[in-house]
Amino acid sequence: MSESATSAMAAGGVAAPAGHAPDRFFKYWLIAPAIFLLLLVGLFPLIYSLIVSFQNITMMEVDTSFAGFINYAQLFKDARLWQALLHTALITIIALPLELVLGLLMAQLFLERMPGRQIFVSLLVLPTVISPIVAGATWRLMFDNRYGPINQIIGWFAGEPMTILWTVNPNLVYPSIFICEVWQWTPFMFLILLAALSNVDKSLTEAAEIDGAGYWRTFFKIVLPSIWPVMAIAILIRGLDLVRIFDVIWALTQGGPGTMTETISIYTYVQGFQQFETSYTAAIAFLVIAMLTVIVVWAIRRMGLAK
Amino acid sequence: MTPQAPFLRRPGTVLALRYLAVLALTIVFLFPVYWLFIISFKTPEEIFAFPPVWYPESIQFANYRVLFKDGDAVTVWNSLVLAGVSTVIAMVLGTICAYSLVRFKTGGENLAVWIISQRMMPPIAIAFPIFLLYVFFGWVDSYHGLIILYTAFSLPYVIWMMRGYIEDLPLELEESALVDGCTRWEVLWKVVFPMVRSGLFATAVFTFVFAWNDFLFALVLTRTEVITYTVQVTHYFGGQSNFWAKIAAMSVLGTIPVFFTVATLQRYLVRGISMGAVKG
Repeated sequence: MSESATSAMAAGGVAAPAGHAPDRFFKYWLIAPAIFLLLLVGLFPLIYSLIVSFQNITMMEVDTSFAGFINYAQLFKDARLWQALLHTALITIIALPLELVLGLLMAQLFLERMPGRQIFVSLLVLPTVISPIVAGATWRLMFDNRYGPINQIIGWFAGEPMTILWTVNPNLVYPSIFICEVWQWTPFMFLILLAALSNVDKSLTEAAEIDGAGYWRTFFKIVLPSIWPVMAIAILIRGLDLVRIFDVIWALTQGGPGTMTETISIYTYVQGFQQFETSYTAAIAFLVIAMLTVIVVWAIRRMGLAK
Repeated sequence: MTPQAPFLRRPGTVLALRYLAVLALTIVFLFPVYWLFIISFKTPEEIFAFPPVWYPESIQFANYRVLFKDGDAVTVWNSLVLAGVSTVIAMVLGTICAYSLVRFKTGGENLAVWIISQRMMPPIAIAFPIFLLYVFFGWVDSYHGLIILYTAFSLPYVIWMMRGYIEDLPLELEESALVDGCTRWEVLWKVVFPMVRSGLFATAVFTFVFAWNDFLFALVLTRTEVITYTVQVTHYFGGQSNFWAKIAAMSVLGTIPVFFTVATLQRYLVRGISMGAVKG
């Protein structure tokens, strides 16, 4: 496609037949509905949260007068909020590398041709397309202390019946969340990385081998740089999903025991839809958007994704 | 005769070991899915048997019949309507927007970046203000309320993907259609849309799955009328006594359509899942 042809079309180089709207508005008509909807869910919540967060609306009273920064001041005193942020960061920092490394290992395993490869790949991808809430429900069934298969299998090895309370025991709630998360999303990483690895130029790796570079050297110097653009996007997509994790935790622990597994999404939900702290929730929502924007911009710059 | 390589290095051994690893992985990843499906076919006695029953004696559909009799199965229909309608709207609006971005460079690179950055928004931060807005409009628990939201939420992805597909189109066909007297809109419907058909399918699969899998928006914005299947599944969670059979049967009802869609559209999977990072 040539630049000049595009600009000729853009400038209405080909005359439109008489009786039709002038071409110069055409391009704006095309984007108008999409932009309107994006503003509705993108800009409106931002502005509205900002306004409400400076008022004082709670379940008890609706006070829409300007309340200053009291809600924002409360953010800093709210230990439960910072714990929720900590839990969210913890889950992201642990689950993301796990999924990445396991996905990469699986992709390595499938890289060379083998009969029936496509069937196995298709089967392995199934967990990823299940609704996250169903994934959580499935593991809820798996982890059941009496009728679930996990305890049964552990019991075989232990030699006695096991009744481990996976989603209740404070030491095991996080492992059970990680198991469910990693089970569902490792195949996602696997699929993307397998495609990326298949596209690595074979002649480069072979040349490195002939030059006597070992496996790890070849991997870090040649393979990793060439799959990085794809890997970075996979990390970004998964990282963002993990930061907003809600469904799986809702299904497995509902943030419990106590508030042990409460993430920022769960906490915001509780404040907004169970405690009805409208103004305070708006302040939290605004904080979350602000933090995430900073992290995303940083990540995009850092990973060299910005063009 | 060439000397035999050590046992572990022989091609046959390597392949056998790889198969072993692949089989083990497949079992580990598929067992939970198997367990979910199998519970939905079990009798109550089999579900609450100790030790667990690994496969039921016979397949029976009583758990599903209950869902249809109680009307709970209608939530799958709700999910289908919401995901289906929002996908069609998002595809049309997103594609014409992408066309404008590519062919006319509308808004330049800045607009394109702003659009994709909307994909980064955390749903919970949006859900709350949108909930207040919908309460004001009386849109809570309505089809159009959720359809608008799902459409808007899918748009960045659709625009991003379709931009890639439209960039790959040759310009000549559109130009000659214009010369032949087609209006710009006719060019879009008769030339552009048919040519990006495969891209439309690939993108629509994911748009559909996003909406289908949504739980948070549906939890917040529905009450009784348009409950989706994801919300319905959580209604069966109880503190001590879960309705296991219902959880499993409902989950399977909601999972089969997605499995089916993905299975038939396998070849589009990689490009769609990586947001076009891998050209497929």
